[in-house]
Amino acid sequence: MMTNKLKATAGAALLGLGLAGPAAAQDDTFKVGVITFLSGQAAESFGVPAWNGGKLLIEMMNEGGKLPAPYDTKGFGGMNIEFVVVDEAGGATKQVQEFRNLVQREEVDAVVGYVSSGDCLAVPPVADELKAFTILYDCGTPRVFEDNSFEYVFRTAAHATMDNVSLARYLKSRDFDVPSYAGLNQDYAFGQDSWADFTGAMEQIYPDAEVKTALFPKFGAGQYGTEISALLRERPALVHSSNWGGDLQGFLIQGTARGLHERSQIVLAAGDHVIPQLGNKMPDGIFLGARGVNGLAAHARGGELKELTDTMWDAYEAEYGVFPVQAPFRMWQALFGLKTAVEKAMADNGGTKPTDEELAAAMKGLTWDAPSGRIEMALADGHQAIQPNAIGTTKWNEAEGKMELVDVEYFSARCVNPPVGIKATEWLAQGFPGAECE
Amino acid sequence: MDLLATILVDGLIYAGWLFIVSVGLTLVFGVLNILNIAHGSLYAIGAYASASLVGAYFAAGGNAFPFGSYIALILAAVLVAIVLGPLLERGLLRYFYGRDEVLNVLVTYAVFLILEDVMKLIWGVNPYFVYEPYTLLGNVEIGPLFYVGYDFAVIAAAIIVGLAVWLTLNRTRMGKVVLAVIHDAEISQTMGVNVPRIYLGAFMAGAFLAALGGALTAPMISVTPGLGPNVIIVAFAVVIIGGLGSVPGAAIGALMVGISRAASVHLVPEAELFIIYFVMAIVLMFRPEGLFAKTQARKI
Repeated sequence: MMTNKLKATAGAALLGLGLAGPAAAQDDTFKVGVITFLSGQAAESFGVPAWNGGKLLIEMMNEGGKLPAPYDTKGFGGMNIEFVVVDEAGGATKQVQEFRNLVQREEVDAVVGYVSSGDCLAVPPVADELKAFTILYDCGTPRVFEDNSFEYVFRTAAHATMDNVSLARYLKSRDFDVPSYAGLNQDYAFGQDSWADFTGAMEQIYPDAEVKTALFPKFGAGQYGTEISALLRERPALVHSSNWGGDLQGFLIQGTARGLHERSQIVLAAGDHVIPQLGNKMPDGIFLGARGVNGLAAHARGGELKELTDTMWDAYEAEYGVFPVQAPFRMWQALFGLKTAVEKAMADNGGTKPTDEELAAAMKGLTWDAPSGRIEMALADGHQAIQPNAIGTTKWNEAEGKMELVDVEYFSARCVNPPVGIKATEWLAQGFPGAECE
Repeated sequence: MDLLATILVDGLIYAGWLFIVSVGLTLVFGVLNILNIAHGSLYAIGAYASASLVGAYFAAGGNAFPFGSYIALILAAVLVAIVLGPLLERGLLRYFYGRDEVLNVLVTYAVFLILEDVMKLIWGVNPYFVYEPYTLLGNVEIGPLFYVGYDFAVIAAAIIVGLAVWLTLNRTRMGKVVLAVIHDAEISQTMGVNVPRIYLGAFMAGAFLAALGGALTAPMISVTPGLGPNVIIVAFAVVIIGGLGSVPGAAIGALMVGISRAASVHLVPEAELFIIYFVMAIVLMFRPEGLFAKTQARKI
């Protein structure tokens, strides 16, 4: 089954390439260049499920009438959506070249891509140089717009600070006692930043909590026996981890076998995506987030977006035999945002295919709804999104044979994201000034 | 349990795993004089093969006798050695014997890259799990800590592997023949030794040990693409510390790396990676050929 899925993805990618061809895009088509991990360690966790979700949504949009309003119109403003898919593996230098190829040779109308923070930092200057409308759909580093500004680049997902602010707020709202805590995070930018955000938030919310130890095993370590011994010896009240993919699965398999979850509360900043693989091997009682109201938290939310969420959820489950986790949700919010921006630009320009400049003007400060909630391009002069977040607790449903998220708490976007004009680290250090929590 | 004992136990567990992976690398170098970068890929393929085989075992009703999954683990490593050993050694490496060592490194690096993609073609990018063997042996309580019984089984496997390799080389007729080939392949051939067969056997043994390392690791991790590169780097550190081609050197190197890494995680976690290569640098400062390698005649 897994191999078939890979084949389906690869086939779709080749089909997309074949359909696109070298010719210039027509006015009745809108060509999207998609860049995400189709190989490498991030493929299984993020790249492949994201593109599975993206491909599905594009098919539904092209058919028209498959989605609830306002997304029930065909394609983007009536234009058929074509796509070219590029593997993000290979590093930032390669991705800059791939980006130039997409823009200059494939002549895409928009680029949607990048899981890696390194790629998200490398590509925007080139996008502005080429004046190519670009959406960063997944990466987490706050630095993209905190250290720079770009005219043609937008990020439709919140940066990663909210993941850990939400965790700390969740602990407080549940009156969880935290005399001490420890961390085990991957030794690269995301892991280091995540731990810094978590400790920054905890210093404000639990100022007396003591940090027992901060462990940073190398990315892809696989073996965590020694680290788990250290955590068991230190006996912190909770253990924080932003590990993902195989590293998170390995840590949970080895940690739970040794009773780590019984000795310390485990909190995972981005842990929802391993639930389909681990099933009941994921212990009950883990506090986890999904980098947005994504996956199980979105499905459990209900409310005004229930119809849209259920439509995408059911379609994804029917197509791939597994429920969607965080990555497809972020791809969906990017594509829904792109559709909204294209149609807004077309409404402003008399109905012709928008230029990159018109698209950028339409996207700036835009607000739209997605299965993950209301997305607002509120930061970085309208180029950086904020979105709500959710944290829940794992609980295995024996009767139905599936993992559920219970005691889910939803945080408004302005409660867990910094406001305009302040960097994330400063916002944490100053005690969340301007936070609007319900 | 005091800190020292914790460090020792953690270090031994890590060293046991590391030795199984490294001893195959040093064996292949000792006999064939090839630094096999594809060793990491063979490790990863062993992990995938065992995940598939153990999964198939339980799917076929193995729950009635779950301990049979351990046989499936070992069988997976045997299969990898039988299939890939001859394919790589007879099909490719033999054409490069006697050539520049750097060329051999490049050839095995190419094999490593090819096998990484072959694994994706066969197993895809999604993870494979085989938890069952990991928890079958229960937990062992040492002081205030719980360890998984499986970890100690890996230490036992490392001891068995080490003894088997050493005894085979030093206490059997076959071992003496292998040592003769190591000292001088041409003279051995003139004395009637089937050198190509010795090379093939040694490479298959190395492939088996790499795959066994992966097979034994599979139950405690999710088997995903990218396993190989992480393993081969630390395995190189071990065999360089111990001396390329030396089995006792691989054991001592694995112990040094395992225990120093465990000490670092418990005492100075920031230096976890640094300490491995620091130990290697210190050893090389005083023994550039490694702790157990002889500068003239190589012996394993």
